[in-house]
Amino acid sequence: MNVNLYPLKEFKLPIVAECINPDIFQGKSLKEIEALKIWEGNKQKRLGELFKVEAVETSFEAPVITIHGNVSRVRRIGVGMKSGEIVVKGDAGMHLGEEMRGGKITVYGNVLGWAGSMMKGGTIEIYGNAGDYLGAPYRGSTEGMKGGKIIVHGNVGREAGAHMRKGIIKIYGSAGQFAGFRMKGGTIYVQKDCESRAGACMVDGTIVVGGHIESVMPTFTIEGLRKRVKIEEGEIVEAPFYLFIGDLTENGHGRLFIAKEPNPHLSHYEKFL
Amino acid sequence: MELLIRNGFVYDPINGVNGEKMDIAVKDGKIVEKVNERRAKKIDATGMTIMPGGIDIHSHIAGGKVNAGRLLRPEDHFKDVEPKTAVTRSGVGYSIPSTFTTGYRYARMGWTTVMDPAMPPLEAKHTHEELSDTPIIDKASYPLLGDWWFVLEYLRDGKIEECARHVAWMIKATKGYAIKLVNPGGLEAWGFGRNVESIDDPVPYFGITPREIIRGLCKVNKLLNLPHTIHVHTNNLGKPGNYVTAIETMRCVEDLAEDGKPAIHITHCQFCAFKGDDWRTFESGAEEIANYVNAHSHVTMDMGQVIFTDTTTMTADGPFQYTLHMLSGNKWTNHDVETETSAGIVPFHYRRKSYVHATQWSIGLELALLIKDPWKILMTTDHPNGGPFIAYPRIVAWLMSRKAREATLKRINPKARSRSLLPSIDRELDFYEIAIVTRAGQAKALGLKNKGHLGVGADADIAIYNFNPETMDPSKKYKAVRRAFKRAAYTIKSGHVVVKDGEVLKHIDGATMWVDVQLREPCEIEVNENMKRRFKEYWTVEFENYPVSEDYLAVSHPIPVKADV
Repeated sequence: MNVNLYPLKEFKLPIVAECINPDIFQGKSLKEIEALKIWEGNKQKRLGELFKVEAVETSFEAPVITIHGNVSRVRRIGVGMKSGEIVVKGDAGMHLGEEMRGGKITVYGNVLGWAGSMMKGGTIEIYGNAGDYLGAPYRGSTEGMKGGKIIVHGNVGREAGAHMRKGIIKIYGSAGQFAGFRMKGGTIYVQKDCESRAGACMVDGTIVVGGHIESVMPTFTIEGLRKRVKIEEGEIVEAPFYLFIGDLTENGHGRLFIAKEPNPHLSHYEKFL
Repeated sequence: MELLIRNGFVYDPINGVNGEKMDIAVKDGKIVEKVNERRAKKIDATGMTIMPGGIDIHSHIAGGKVNAGRLLRPEDHFKDVEPKTAVTRSGVGYSIPSTFTTGYRYARMGWTTVMDPAMPPLEAKHTHEELSDTPIIDKASYPLLGDWWFVLEYLRDGKIEECARHVAWMIKATKGYAIKLVNPGGLEAWGFGRNVESIDDPVPYFGITPREIIRGLCKVNKLLNLPHTIHVHTNNLGKPGNYVTAIETMRCVEDLAEDGKPAIHITHCQFCAFKGDDWRTFESGAEEIANYVNAHSHVTMDMGQVIFTDTTTMTADGPFQYTLHMLSGNKWTNHDVETETSAGIVPFHYRRKSYVHATQWSIGLELALLIKDPWKILMTTDHPNGGPFIAYPRIVAWLMSRKAREATLKRINPKARSRSLLPSIDRELDFYEIAIVTRAGQAKALGLKNKGHLGVGADADIAIYNFNPETMDPSKKYKAVRRAFKRAAYTIKSGHVVVKDGEVLKHIDGATMWVDVQLREPCEIEVNENMKRRFKEYWTVEFENYPVSEDYLAVSHPIPVKADV
């Protein structure tokens, strides 16, 4: 059974909707889905009070939940989901797909902070922009992304992939400051520009910047020039890249690839090669 | 208000009641002989277990340190949120819950009295503000006096009586309950970036040894007739091989014990029962400690059981917390409280698959099971150092059921499992012994006369658990035990039914207990003049702002004690 959700009004208060999750919808009747608990501000409501719920019978095993409309005030959609699919035709709120383990979330709009936070598996694809802390853990925690894939076709905010351990984040736009902060593994690919301090305090893992970067942290040391960089299976960027190793303050051996052509201001590093 | 609890199986070790079916009558917050049967509200406890309200001798629930922990760990609260209800306030957990949540969660498990074991005197006001905000449960706090400059000076000069008078003033000024020593001497050394290595290692500048501090304060404790013994967190805590220090610490006050009464309480003993030269050769020293405790009667201790979970370690032991930070690489805070003490906080995750953590888990239970007399070893997790207090139902299950222990043993580090003593221990505690380690023994060790039992005149703090000891065997049905202790069928505090079926029904204020030491001759002026001068020299606060006045406590419950000085 596939489910379509239509917001009944323009939401003014923050809404916490952990129940919008294919695992929870699975095997439930329309009535049961409408009765699921949801928080609007400090009031507990039923899903049916805030969304028009429409069920479409299909032969697929795992349900597909499609949200039609702007739900940028709705937080925690698809938290911990293991299977199935969520499609958001509009903007989505904070903590989208937090601690997700499997399945897929597609957003044809923008998302706010902490999308794919502490993710362990599955895929999140965002066609608009993403907010801060993409794939990063909640404040104070060091349990970063442990697997899965996040693809953003727009730009992302600060601290994308902080504390990341495994998995891949692909950003086809630009990234804010501190991309890959305290990273321990995995891959972050920024196709366009990246603000400064990429890879600060990183210990391991790979960051690839295809566009302009303001500066490379002084705690990174140049390792060499590479003709191409492999992002993942089937995706190779053919262009000359500088390879930096760091962050040396943390005894790190993370790899920071910076495209050579858009960054002529880094050419002075070449004399150390 | 009158209350009649009928037909439950009552476990009241102080009065020697072992699972007898009887009625309990309550009137005006006290347990009475009988009540008017028609007027009284009746609770049918048929097929249920009745115990006195639980007591926790050592649980960090309030104060500057706990609050710093809350600030340090937003991620700890994130996943454990409690919305408000008609009677309770909202709050967050998990290992460092907010004050309201702390009160509610203890009450839900049937615990009604909790001792906060580490109050830096300078932070006494903060501690009491938080204790006042902790609902339902009664509480008290132990001021940290083991590294207090005045105490060190008096003891160095051998002035025990002056020291006693000073401590009496301090307990009154901080509204404290007992004398707490944390790594005696080590915290002062930490002010110089050092630590003490054994109980005979001199403290820099003062030239006094931990042994002299422990013995001195033990004598002071006796002179003041305080209800509890000295409450000692030993030197070298959390280091392999420290079981020797723990035994030395207990041995050094052996001669000060009189007529079989305890003279020292070794707290969270699990953390000081480590054998081995380093972390690689680390193993359990529980057997040695248990042998000593079984042969001596001057010691009480509590477990400090480790739970496999993500928690927050916080002690006044600054140097230990520094070591832990270096060991784990986790974030930390550390603090030197002027002339008084220090403190440190490090988040910590105890993992089943870690050899050291799994062995620590084993040590706690080994201690509790190898020490034959349950009055000597009390149940704690040293909340939140070993794990949050909400894990008590699991410890009860481990103590009562060999099967429960085996189920966990199967899942721990294989090396730790093969070296653990637990498979060789068949002992299973019964409800009578559980009532001792969680209630009666704690009340006795703390010298609480009106708590921990259900005799006539006791405070009507009662916990009723939905577990039938006649039809169910706790050693086989350990999961049912866990469920029962997790959500008390009823918790009655001061005669009010505050919890029913694990839900808080009523918000009441618990009292803050403190010891009102009455000296033979009042000597405040002498102490004050000396102190005022020193305050000007060393402290950042004015002397006048230092003591906590009685009206500062929301519900003050002084316990008068006549001192011998």
